[in-house]
Amino acid sequence: MMRFSIFTYAAIGFVVLAAGAIVLPDWAMFLFAMALAKGLVCLGIVGMMRGGVVSFGQGLYYCLGAYTATLAANFLGVSDIFLLTLLSAAVCLVVGMIFGPLLSSYRGIFFAMLSLALSMVLYGSLSKMSFIGGTDGLNIGAPTFLGWAPEGRPLQTALYLYVVTIVVISGALMRVYFDSEQGLITLATRDNELRVEYLGASVRNIMAFNYVFGALLGGIGGTIAVLALGHVDPEFAFWTTSGEFVFVAILAGYLSVPSVFVAAIILELVRSFSNLYFPNTWQLALGIFLLIVIVALPSGLGSLVSRRKGQDT
Amino acid sequence: MDLVATILVDGLIYAGWLFIVSVGLTLVFGVLNILNIAHGSLYAIGAYASASLVGAYFAAGGDAFPYGSYIAMILAAVLVAVVLGPLLERGLLRYFYGRDEVLNVLVTYAVFLILEDVMKLIWGVNPYFVYEPYTLLGTVEMGSLFYVGYDFAVIAAAIIVGLAVWLTLNRTQTGKVVLAVIHDAEISQTMGVNVKRIYLGAFMAGAFLAALGGALTAPMISVTPGLGVNVVIVAFAVVIIGGLGSVPGAAIGALMVGISRAASVHLLPEAELFIIYFVMAIVLVFRPEGLFAKTQARKI
Repeated sequence: MMRFSIFTYAAIGFVVLAAGAIVLPDWAMFLFAMALAKGLVCLGIVGMMRGGVVSFGQGLYYCLGAYTATLAANFLGVSDIFLLTLLSAAVCLVVGMIFGPLLSSYRGIFFAMLSLALSMVLYGSLSKMSFIGGTDGLNIGAPTFLGWAPEGRPLQTALYLYVVTIVVISGALMRVYFDSEQGLITLATRDNELRVEYLGASVRNIMAFNYVFGALLGGIGGTIAVLALGHVDPEFAFWTTSGEFVFVAILAGYLSVPSVFVAAIILELVRSFSNLYFPNTWQLALGIFLLIVIVALPSGLGSLVSRRKGQDT
Repeated sequence: MDLVATILVDGLIYAGWLFIVSVGLTLVFGVLNILNIAHGSLYAIGAYASASLVGAYFAAGGDAFPYGSYIAMILAAVLVAVVLGPLLERGLLRYFYGRDEVLNVLVTYAVFLILEDVMKLIWGVNPYFVYEPYTLLGTVEMGSLFYVGYDFAVIAAAIIVGLAVWLTLNRTQTGKVVLAVIHDAEISQTMGVNVKRIYLGAFMAGAFLAALGGALTAPMISVTPGLGVNVVIVAFAVVIIGGLGSVPGAAIGALMVGISRAASVHLLPEAELFIIYFVMAIVLVFRPEGLFAKTQARKI
């Protein structure tokens, strides 16, 4: 019954998002593709947030995924988008599996700062590596889709549909994970970690799992973002980038999966419009927007839906 | 031998500057339980205010008594604390006391974004230079190397700041009240402590120290937009290394970061940008809550 409803939701989500490929103008399609790619990264943070920890360094995987794809494209000649995504995901999975168990015993601000430190180490290293562009970064060519090499609008549409597909699949999988036994233990950890330990579950394992999922999603998000942008630089791992991801996660709240992507799109829209209308003070506009959100929606967008349903999961 | 001495001196200079900024951050965290990203903005505003005031001082004929520019710098930091401290604490932060730590980090991140643009609106995007105070103290010869006297003045300032904060907290009645509030704000309130005033005072002191750090730096650099972005993250690292809310911790953290950064600059320049985070990660591996963190009871 529950699985069925997830398929239904996923199908509805796919149709709604895919419709964008027809109705959206070029600029908006690019913006949505970027927002959805970033939304994937934020979904990983939300997965961790459910356990009560927030990573301030998700830029690490965003950047790692983007660089893996770019290096594979430039030096190995890989241009297939599926292969690039798989490669980045694999690299991020390995790195996530190394750091996950190390970080899993940290909580609160220490988890946040340690993950931030890791991303800043990557930022610092990449900035100094002149053979891969240093602070200027690298360019990446347009991807191919199983041998098909579109250009112009078809390329954009294909890329958009690709990110929509990934978003729907990972969104559905994460929902299934959230509702699984392990996902519910994560939620219980948020309330009281010691109780969960006394009940016989390993909180560290769960935290490590959530971290690895975050790494995976971060890498995929980074890959799509770099393919949409055509360029990557170390700023992908800078703390302000990670700060934006956290902001989206907070804006979305930990209750609902779709709200993560809605929040990502809202942030991207607010940013581009304030860029357009207040070119010199867009940070000011963004900051005020952030404050309003925090004051008005302390539990995130997702709380709007569940509040109406009268449930509190 | 020269290399070791150079690393030590460079490290101390960097550590002195870093300590002034970090101790304010740790004080604010200790009392208000808010990790303040906007600390970086206060630092940058301090630098701008100092550049403007010192510039105005020399324009108004300060050449007759150039040492007065140091007073102008301190005045700039006081001004920042008096204007922005109450505005931020009373106007915004007090509504977020007791909320989630990470949420509060985001609140101050929003303030940081806002202040970044406010600075551009006030001071524009062109760099400011005020070199006079930097050259005023001459140079110091150490072995075969020459150092600018001003750099040592910064170390002295850091020592004075550290002693002042430590003595105020541990040897005065106000300081003891502050410590009581850090320990438990609610109980302190029932004992008749005006907690609101302590919060405001602590935040203003933190803002003053951030701005002082900026004001002292202004003569050494060109003051440009985006100055606060890196500072706050480095100060975070220092505070985390030392243990949040600990003044001696901030001092040790600043020394560790300062010396390891200086060592990296001279021995392994490639690592300069991330050695700080590397040190922090190592410390956290062995001391998960920092070097001087207090043990806390866990709720079951």
